[in-house]
Amino acid sequence: MTFSDCLLSAAASLRSNKLRTALTTLGIIIGVAAVIAMVGVGKGAERRIDEAIQGLGENVLFVRNGTSVSGGVRGGSNSKVSLTKADAAAIERQASAIAIAAPTVRTTGQVVSGNSNWFTTVYGVGDAYLRARDWTIGEGRTFNPQEERAAAKVAIIGETIVEQLLPGQNPIGNIIRIERIPFRVIGVTRPKGESSWGRDHDDVVFVPISTAKSRMNVGERFRGRFVRDITVKARSADLLDAAEEQVMEVLRQRHRIRPGQPDDFYVRNIAQYLEARAKSERTMSMLLAAVAGISLIVGGIGIMNIMLVSVTERTREIGLRMAVGATGRDILLQFVAEAVAVSLIGGLVGVILGFGGSLAAAGIAGWPVITSPFSAVVAMGFAALVGVFFGYYPALKASRLDPIEALRHE
Amino acid sequence: MGSQVVHALKELTVDITHGEFVAIMGPSGSGKSTCMHVLGCLDTPTSGEYQLDGEDVSRLGRDDLARIRRHKVGFVFQAFNLMAGATAQANVELPLLYSGEPRVERAEKAARALDAVGLADRRHHLPTQLSGGEMQRVAIARAIVNDPGIVLADEPTGALDSVTGGEIMALLDDLNGRGMTVILVTHERDVARYARRVLTFRDGRLITDEAQGRAGDAVTVNAPESGPSLE
Repeated sequence: MTFSDCLLSAAASLRSNKLRTALTTLGIIIGVAAVIAMVGVGKGAERRIDEAIQGLGENVLFVRNGTSVSGGVRGGSNSKVSLTKADAAAIERQASAIAIAAPTVRTTGQVVSGNSNWFTTVYGVGDAYLRARDWTIGEGRTFNPQEERAAAKVAIIGETIVEQLLPGQNPIGNIIRIERIPFRVIGVTRPKGESSWGRDHDDVVFVPISTAKSRMNVGERFRGRFVRDITVKARSADLLDAAEEQVMEVLRQRHRIRPGQPDDFYVRNIAQYLEARAKSERTMSMLLAAVAGISLIVGGIGIMNIMLVSVTERTREIGLRMAVGATGRDILLQFVAEAVAVSLIGGLVGVILGFGGSLAAAGIAGWPVITSPFSAVVAMGFAALVGVFFGYYPALKASRLDPIEALRHE
Repeated sequence: MGSQVVHALKELTVDITHGEFVAIMGPSGSGKSTCMHVLGCLDTPTSGEYQLDGEDVSRLGRDDLARIRRHKVGFVFQAFNLMAGATAQANVELPLLYSGEPRVERAEKAARALDAVGLADRRHHLPTQLSGGEMQRVAIARAIVNDPGIVLADEPTGALDSVTGGEIMALLDDLNGRGMTVILVTHERDVARYARRVLTFRDGRLITDEAQGRAGDAVTVNAPESGPSLE
């Protein structure tokens, strides 16, 4: 009996009891669909966090201004401005674990070019900041030290600004107006894309920090030597904790904070927080996938159950097949083929439903879901394995029937 | 063709030669079914020897017996034993599936066998769409599709009315006329009448072995194993 005969014969007997076949496959369908959907959601969550970390830049810490406390009333972040450009320089100079410490200020404003205008965030930064946040220049160039010192009216813009203000043009050398001040575009950053919660990383304009502080409205508090925050890049991921301690040490010393007194700044290790979240989400989705896997095994037990019933019901047919010359192996193969066919059909439908469900979840609930052909292949393979495993015992039972007894079976 | 020699069932020795039409009779429990199972290679004797076409098959294992059944034995059962979900054609093709015939040849041979039993126009009918007599014809077509030496018919008319039963017996007689060995198990005299030789069993022993109808067939009872052969 050839392999294709085996499959045809299995298909014929599955067709002869369609409802039962459908119900049997249901267990596998649900199991496979659940595994696919859970893996998709899990991968999506992981990707979202990866993107968020990438958006931040690698090994980055944020140093923020602290909180004012006046008569027990706390003022929220940035209510007590204490960070200065000199702090940033000192951190970079003194802390061995730190590669870059870049001061920034920030404002928002209307950006205009010709007939187009666009409201965006403007960062006052230096080239060091771009390097700290892993921004790379796609076209044009970055700020040079001369421009940073002299408060030059030059801007590096994100991809979204190009699309909104200068579509189809070479942006380099163009003049854009930020709150009515003309800036020459010297560079365009390579796109970082959208963060998964919808913030567009590329909707951004960078100007030299000196320019922002002297010519733009960055807020009364950030005039002069004060800055909004300091972006710190550790030399490596292993040095993040050391970097955090060194930042504290340098700043407490420079701000003359006595032991026991609270800091007048915050150090935020957002990457670490995101990684912890990624880990917990990964654990969660693994757990869910494991539960889905268990339901696949339950589906397999369903197949075994039905196959055992089927072997009993078809005892006479088995006897007949043996009488006309089927060997035990022929019968074994036929029943295993039936079980595998059931589980593969279930697997296929489950993959389709799992992908459909993932896409629906992505569309309706807005979850980021990643479906990969790899997980489909693994799920199908696992389904086939379930078929072989749970079909084998009933098939073995069928193959060991005595033809005479089987033919007499009522 | 060699002779088909049987040594079976409580001090029993029977030779059946190729081309015979033998009826096995006896009440239930007489051993006639066991005899048929041994003859059909479904069972092996616990002691003694069964030689089929000069080959001792009494010590063969299950799978070897299955392979012998494929080529040398065709079964016809009282309850037809057709696969309900399969067409007449597919039912007849079943033995060829296991003997490994290519698909095209399976279809051709099955069509020829159905033609031989007069059901050429019923090939694509399901068993439920056929009468009892037609179903038994399909079963006979299935039994002869591999061109076996022996057709074993176990109460082939038991589920049929007498007219239809007569037609089935005529068909078996016709097959015998074309050279096929037919061994019939029955407890009805009227059915056994079609055979040319009747073996009657009681309590596991062969009690009579009579020739009937046309003479000329060699018969030996309780004789040493080497029987006459038609060659």
